[in-house]
Amino acid sequence: MLLVIYGNSDKKLVGKLESVKAALLIQSWYRCYKARLELRRRQALSIFESIEYADEQDQLQLAKFFTFMLENYTQKKEENSVYQSIASIENQRLDTKTVLRMVEVPDSYEGPRLMFPLTYSDVLLLIKAFKENQILHARYVLEVLVEAKKVLKQLPNITHIMSIETKELTICGDIHGKLDDLFLIFYKNGLPSGNNRYVFNGDFVDRGKNSMEVLMVLFALFLVFPNDVYLNRGNHEDFLMNLRYGFTKEITSKYKKHSAKILHYLEEVYTWLPIGTLIDKKVLVVHGGIADDTDLEILNKLKRNKMRSVLMPPSTPSEIELRNIQFPYNFQTSSMSLDQMPKDDWDQIINILWSDPRKKKGCSPNTTRGGGCYFGPDITNHILNKFALKMIIRSHECKPEGFEICHDGKVITLFSASNYYEEGSNRGAYLKLKKDLIPRFFQYQCSQMVKSKTLHESVNIVESTAFRILGEKLIARNSELMQVFKMYDVNKTGKITFYEWGKAVGQVLEMDLPWLSLCPRLAQRTEDGYVYYKMGFKKLTAINAPKQVKSGMFQTLVRYRRDLKIIFNVIDKDKSGLISLEEFRDIWKLFCSHYGIKIDEAHVDQLANAMDLNHDGSIDFNEFLTAFDVVHRLGGEPKP
Amino acid sequence: MAEEKDNGDAGLLELQKKIKEAFEVFDHESNDTVDVREIGTIIRSLGCCPSEGELHDLIAEVEEEEPTGYIRLETFLPMMVKVLKERRYRPVPEDVLLQAFEVLDTAKGGFLTKEDLVRYMTEEGEPFTQEEMEEMLSAALDPDTNTIQYRDYLAMMVIDEN
Repeated sequence: MLLVIYGNSDKKLVGKLESVKAALLIQSWYRCYKARLELRRRQALSIFESIEYADEQDQLQLAKFFTFMLENYTQKKEENSVYQSIASIENQRLDTKTVLRMVEVPDSYEGPRLMFPLTYSDVLLLIKAFKENQILHARYVLEVLVEAKKVLKQLPNITHIMSIETKELTICGDIHGKLDDLFLIFYKNGLPSGNNRYVFNGDFVDRGKNSMEVLMVLFALFLVFPNDVYLNRGNHEDFLMNLRYGFTKEITSKYKKHSAKILHYLEEVYTWLPIGTLIDKKVLVVHGGIADDTDLEILNKLKRNKMRSVLMPPSTPSEIELRNIQFPYNFQTSSMSLDQMPKDDWDQIINILWSDPRKKKGCSPNTTRGGGCYFGPDITNHILNKFALKMIIRSHECKPEGFEICHDGKVITLFSASNYYEEGSNRGAYLKLKKDLIPRFFQYQCSQMVKSKTLHESVNIVESTAFRILGEKLIARNSELMQVFKMYDVNKTGKITFYEWGKAVGQVLEMDLPWLSLCPRLAQRTEDGYVYYKMGFKKLTAINAPKQVKSGMFQTLVRYRRDLKIIFNVIDKDKSGLISLEEFRDIWKLFCSHYGIKIDEAHVDQLANAMDLNHDGSIDFNEFLTAFDVVHRLGGEPKP
Repeated sequence: MAEEKDNGDAGLLELQKKIKEAFEVFDHESNDTVDVREIGTIIRSLGCCPSEGELHDLIAEVEEEEPTGYIRLETFLPMMVKVLKERRYRPVPEDVLLQAFEVLDTAKGGFLTKEDLVRYMTEEGEPFTQEEMEEMLSAALDPDTNTIQYRDYLAMMVIDEN
């Protein structure tokens, strides 16, 4: 916009026009700057989502490995210490009285002391203590779990809420251990009570650092107001998910020698959580979603407590037979393999806990997560009609605004953990329902920071974390990436274009991300706009990995370290964090065989010796595997 | 050598991919459409610096005859390729930006008061929304003097971007 005034112009007018022009210039520039930041923020979020779902897909492979492990582990059972440890877990029947007697509260304990049966003042005591960062003693944790299980056991699979006219109802989505968000909700909306009913729709734990505190507050409230607090099971109320996503680690670090008991009991309490809530027979509240064959009648009748973990699907009859020949024990239930949940029932629950709504019609397997379905608007209509429902409220997916409405208003996604991926990544929300069953939404965003961040700083934080976790994938697949890069570098100059780099990385990682835009930030550029692919990735490094570990094995460990942690944790019967060298060697070989990783004996021995840091024949696997966490140099501390 | 490739083709492919990636970020339903209200952000995130008025003209070029509220990738892509190739709406260089601040700085003191900046940005040109104003101030305002030291501010913005 060029405006030129000639000759005897009014100076004031010229001045005015000039300042308009200047203002416009600044405004356009600023909007451009803002837009570039917004793009970077959204691309960082898409990295988080992409990796989260890829992780969940890995679970499926892990489940298959457990089956493979049992079928191929053919040492004689008496000599087989792994078998022994697996067998002993289940033989250890948890007698409540015995357990509680085993855990004493010392006089020196300064944390909150609870009196059972719990009352409102106990809840207030707990909340106050948690605000002061105190840890509830293991004895009380166990008692809360024991009491909660007693009450949960009485509930039907799908709980019913009626007479909503008289009491307002608040529904919350995923909390994921973010105690601050839970407290913020209570601050804005009041604590649960007879006049203030709440439904918590699953995923109370994992990822956030206060999963135990969140769980304790929710269970305590549930015990005090059993008719006004409704807790639904989410896909993270699953002891094997907790191994991968942080809750188990939180428990072992907070409760040390008592953690084994807590973990065992927790496993069982999860299975007694109801899997859904029906409000006024019209609104269905479940954690994930539905599938085309979702059947409320089946869901009402099945034995929900037999669903232990998404990683333990029921075997087919022939698999059961095979297992019974080799070992009379199997992973799955406390009694015999015949006492499993029927496959159809199991599928029904998986769909409820894991599915996601999509625009596309029909029902297809949820390949991103490896479990549950994608369900379209036609499926929603079909199920709503079939069971005379008005709406489905679900959670399970993080949304930038804390909630999202889709399928023509019939499906609502509600997510209550703000800043889920990183500080500044998203808002949280809860909703309230009155008699008219029309939802009203309330949003919030918790902030740890005292000073509010500028847009640029907040985008930097989100991006930095996203790049770090993306960097793990890149480092783990380094050799394959180099191979593909070399293919593009026909003339062996050591350089390729951004476009080629993007194609190569997308191909190897099999992740649909904006690689071309990410390239300048991840790869080493030349001055003339190419990539020096041999120089690796910017600012990414895996710290402290032992030198004895050869490069191929290094990459395998970076890539699979989470899976390995889970596997070793399952073997570690007394939850000491240690397994024997022999156990490690056996499992490692099986693992590589199943995952198709080539190894040679010498390397395995080398690795085993590298892990036996104290040379006493046992391995602290957690510590060892943590060394393979990848750090983004600008990001500072490695995060789990 | 990479140079031996047909630069025209390779260049075009890269350009198209870049545009598609920016588009996809806002394509929430993964069906190659975006809400028309996000088009401005997409165009600007690709390095163009149109004014709001110029943006409206661009949108008019890609909108359906019967505006649906959505813009399709297949109409957006060729238009955007052209805009980028012709280097339209290039961002102004830093020194021109500095001059713009200097124009507003009538007292020629090297700074703007908060009131003056807010007045210019929210009353002149294509006015900022309150949110935009607050965001700019959060980075630009020196809280001790309540002024905007625009030279320093610009210098910081340039570093930030890189």
